[in-house]
Amino acid sequence: MALLPPDPQFVLRGTRAAVHALHFSCGGSEPDIPLLFSGSENGFIHVWNLKTYRVDTALDGHGRKSVYCVETMGDKDRLLSQGHDQRICLWDLAEGRTSVTDSVFTEHVGFCRCSLLKVAQGRWLMAMAARSLQEVQILELPSKTSVCTLKPEVGAKLGMPMCLKLWQLSCGSQPMLLAGYEDGSVLLWNVSVGKALSKLICHQEPVMSLDFDSEKAKGISGSCEKVLSIWSLNEQQNLQVYKTHELVNAGISDITIRPDKKILATAGWDHRIRIFGWKKLKPLAVLDYHTATIHCVSFSDHSNPRERLLAAGSKDQRISVWSIYAQT
Amino acid sequence: VCFIPGGLDCSISFVSHVLGKVCVHGRQKEILGVLVPRLTDLTKSDCIWQRICWRLVECVPDRWMEAVVLGFVQRAPGADVLSRLLGNLVVKNKKAQFVVTQKMLLLQYGHTTAVLQSLLGHLSLESPRRTLLLRVLKELLETWSSSSAVKHSPAEQQLYISKAILICLSHLKESEIESCRQELLTSMMEGVKCHLDSSLPQLRRLGMVVAESISWKINTEGPVLKFEYEEDDETRELKSLLVQTPSFCVVPSLPDDDRSEKADAAVPLVPESDEKSHPADPIPVMPDEGSDTDLDSDDDLIPYDMSEDKELKIKAPVYIRDCIEVLTGSRSEDVDKWEATVKALESLVRRNPAAAREVSVELAKILLHLEEKTCIEGFVELRRRAQVAVLTTDPIPVAKYLTSQFYSLNYSLRQRIDILDVLVLAAQELSCPKFRGKTKLSGAQKPCVQLLSGSDSSKGWRRIVDERIKSKTRRFDMGQSRGELASHPNEFNSVAGYFFFPLIQHFDRPLTTFDLLGEDHLVLGRLVHSLAILMYLAVNTVAVTAMGKALLEFVWVLRFHTDSYVRQGLLSCISSLLLSVPMERILADMTEELLETQSWLGDVMEKDPDGDCRRLALQNLLLMENLKKKLEAVPS
Repeated sequence: MALLPPDPQFVLRGTRAAVHALHFSCGGSEPDIPLLFSGSENGFIHVWNLKTYRVDTALDGHGRKSVYCVETMGDKDRLLSQGHDQRICLWDLAEGRTSVTDSVFTEHVGFCRCSLLKVAQGRWLMAMAARSLQEVQILELPSKTSVCTLKPEVGAKLGMPMCLKLWQLSCGSQPMLLAGYEDGSVLLWNVSVGKALSKLICHQEPVMSLDFDSEKAKGISGSCEKVLSIWSLNEQQNLQVYKTHELVNAGISDITIRPDKKILATAGWDHRIRIFGWKKLKPLAVLDYHTATIHCVSFSDHSNPRERLLAAGSKDQRISVWSIYAQT
Repeated sequence: VCFIPGGLDCSISFVSHVLGKVCVHGRQKEILGVLVPRLTDLTKSDCIWQRICWRLVECVPDRWMEAVVLGFVQRAPGADVLSRLLGNLVVKNKKAQFVVTQKMLLLQYGHTTAVLQSLLGHLSLESPRRTLLLRVLKELLETWSSSSAVKHSPAEQQLYISKAILICLSHLKESEIESCRQELLTSMMEGVKCHLDSSLPQLRRLGMVVAESISWKINTEGPVLKFEYEEDDETRELKSLLVQTPSFCVVPSLPDDDRSEKADAAVPLVPESDEKSHPADPIPVMPDEGSDTDLDSDDDLIPYDMSEDKELKIKAPVYIRDCIEVLTGSRSEDVDKWEATVKALESLVRRNPAAAREVSVELAKILLHLEEKTCIEGFVELRRRAQVAVLTTDPIPVAKYLTSQFYSLNYSLRQRIDILDVLVLAAQELSCPKFRGKTKLSGAQKPCVQLLSGSDSSKGWRRIVDERIKSKTRRFDMGQSRGELASHPNEFNSVAGYFFFPLIQHFDRPLTTFDLLGEDHLVLGRLVHSLAILMYLAVNTVAVTAMGKALLEFVWVLRFHTDSYVRQGLLSCISSLLLSVPMERILADMTEELLETQSWLGDVMEKDPDGDCRRLALQNLLLMENLKKKLEAVPS
């Protein structure tokens, strides 16, 4: 007899706007407080204290335009946020400061979240959608120098890039980028060379989100339709469809694979979070708490596996935090 | 008949005379049936025989030329054979030219497509004749693009001319098209306008096909004119005429009607193939699920109960007033709710008639103005069903509202036709209560949602009228009804007048945006057909005689209308009248009008250019006869 899925461990209220981005920073040891960063539609970034479940700080740096991506760079004192005001801001939060140290003007008016990859100590690569319709720009941070611009071929009607994922097989190897586009295709780019290696048409509708497991060379993408597409990368660096999974209701906003690569979570337009096993995409749980479409899901980076959490931010202005499959 | 071969110079003129005389006396079939095949064989490779044949036909006296040429053209099994037999007769002889280029193409229209093909093919084969071909094409196009021809000539003739145009086009060479490109374009524009203005769908389609073909011919690069219409055998046949199986013809022929689409589609495909793209072949590269030998760490993860995970359904409102709020609300975000409401409205109205009656006119108003906000499947059908439901639940006020709106300013043609359709559907429902809630009534007329034509209705009408006639006569013979049907009160009885009379009232008063007797003859046609149906459904109601009288007057005023669709409707009105109003009442109250109508029907039957009108007129006359006989035969 299957158990009913657990209730959220706690629910964070107080953003007063739809939540579009979440990012945990719980890797530090005591006395560091585990934190959750959330970006909202009203332009605020809230820093939640996961011990007291209250907002420690509210950062206002995007001119009240929606913040749809939040990432930390290394530790919790360095934050990167991307907002609809066409800017990516770098924050310095050490010792209680709340200042924007630097910003990048992206000229991108869509909602494509940028992707960060640490390539060396203090050096990061960031992929973001550029001003030109189909292009993706790779910048090096913190120097903000442009590494390359990835342009699709002339005549390819890919549309806007919708989601990006920078990865490298191991430290020092060539960084690669997986980009999902408006026409439903996923492209694999070699960033150093600036060329596309492979293209796979996974969906009929725009690719809303994707995530990739570089160890298993397998990735997953979700779209506006009812299908999740799982694809793999073979030795020739070609993308191929591995399998597809049909959902009950259409529409996926976000997909994320847990750092231990055992489970993954999807954020659905049908207000539900779905948990799947990553190995075979076995449906594990459907978490039904929210009352509006869920915009983002994120797994925490706790060093102690038992404390691992999953957070989901929704249009109903709540962030639900769950502890699920933490024992494995 | 065999000829003396050998180098003798013989005079053939005697034979020509004989041939001519025989043909003119009507014996074309017999003589040419023997002569033409023989000559075909003989002239196949022998030049001398060809020359003999040409001399033969050239020597036929002018007064008999027409019969001979006609016979040859009809019998020759193809353009090349015809050329061998006639040579350049059409160029040399004025009479033959007239017959071939004018009489057979513009004045007659009974010839088969094969004959047209051979005739026009013959004209295209040699250069002296090609000028004739161009001239013929120009004249055909002139006829095709003249609005009076479109309005008044029978559909069969228009089809014939269209076929001729298409065949001519298929024979044209590039250089010739270049020289007359401008003229082709002008005639096409004019012609397409007249054709699209017609109320008969067949004519509209003809216009569209020909215009598309002309546009394709003169514009081989760049966008081509493409209409949306339903393909049927006729259009397919027409399009196939544009292709020539080349024996002598030089015209490049492309296989299909999607030629223009293929040409466009070829361009974007090319750059895509350059990419290193691999289509989504579902080739599993990873070890597939079959290998259970792998230790599956997923097994540790026990799934939770997911039985509650079902499709998300948006709840539609349960109360009619809530529906009204949703439909008129300005909250554009709640499109899901709007969709659910539209889908649920009909059943809500039917299940809560009392509540619906309170807000019936308001609902009718909202539905009449309801525009499609999102892309629901079958939106038009859903809206229509909801409207019918509202109308049948509260007929009198809603009918008053709808009929008043029909003649109001600032409605689109679509909305006015909607009003008519809704009134008719509701009337159908009210008069046959066992079909309540179902809009499909087999055997009776189905006002189609998307077609703006009622030509389907005339076929359905014939069936109904025939059935009715049959049923009446049979009852007379057997004297017994065909079995007990469950009886229901006829709800249409009390409201028939409200549906009918307001529609008939203001038809001659033009408004600034709506002129039934002027441009909007399409709506007039639909109005007339709807009145016919309402009349038919009013059988056994109290108001039927008054309705009949009003209808007869209405028909009388409009009986010479130029639009054949309207005339068909008027004739359907007469049919319904004869079937619904009891004959005694007709004879008592409308004798004079009936007699006048009878003579008018006789006129229509003989002289109307439209085939359907003639059939309907004949039917009406027969119906009148039958009913009169029946009345006389009833034993007093």
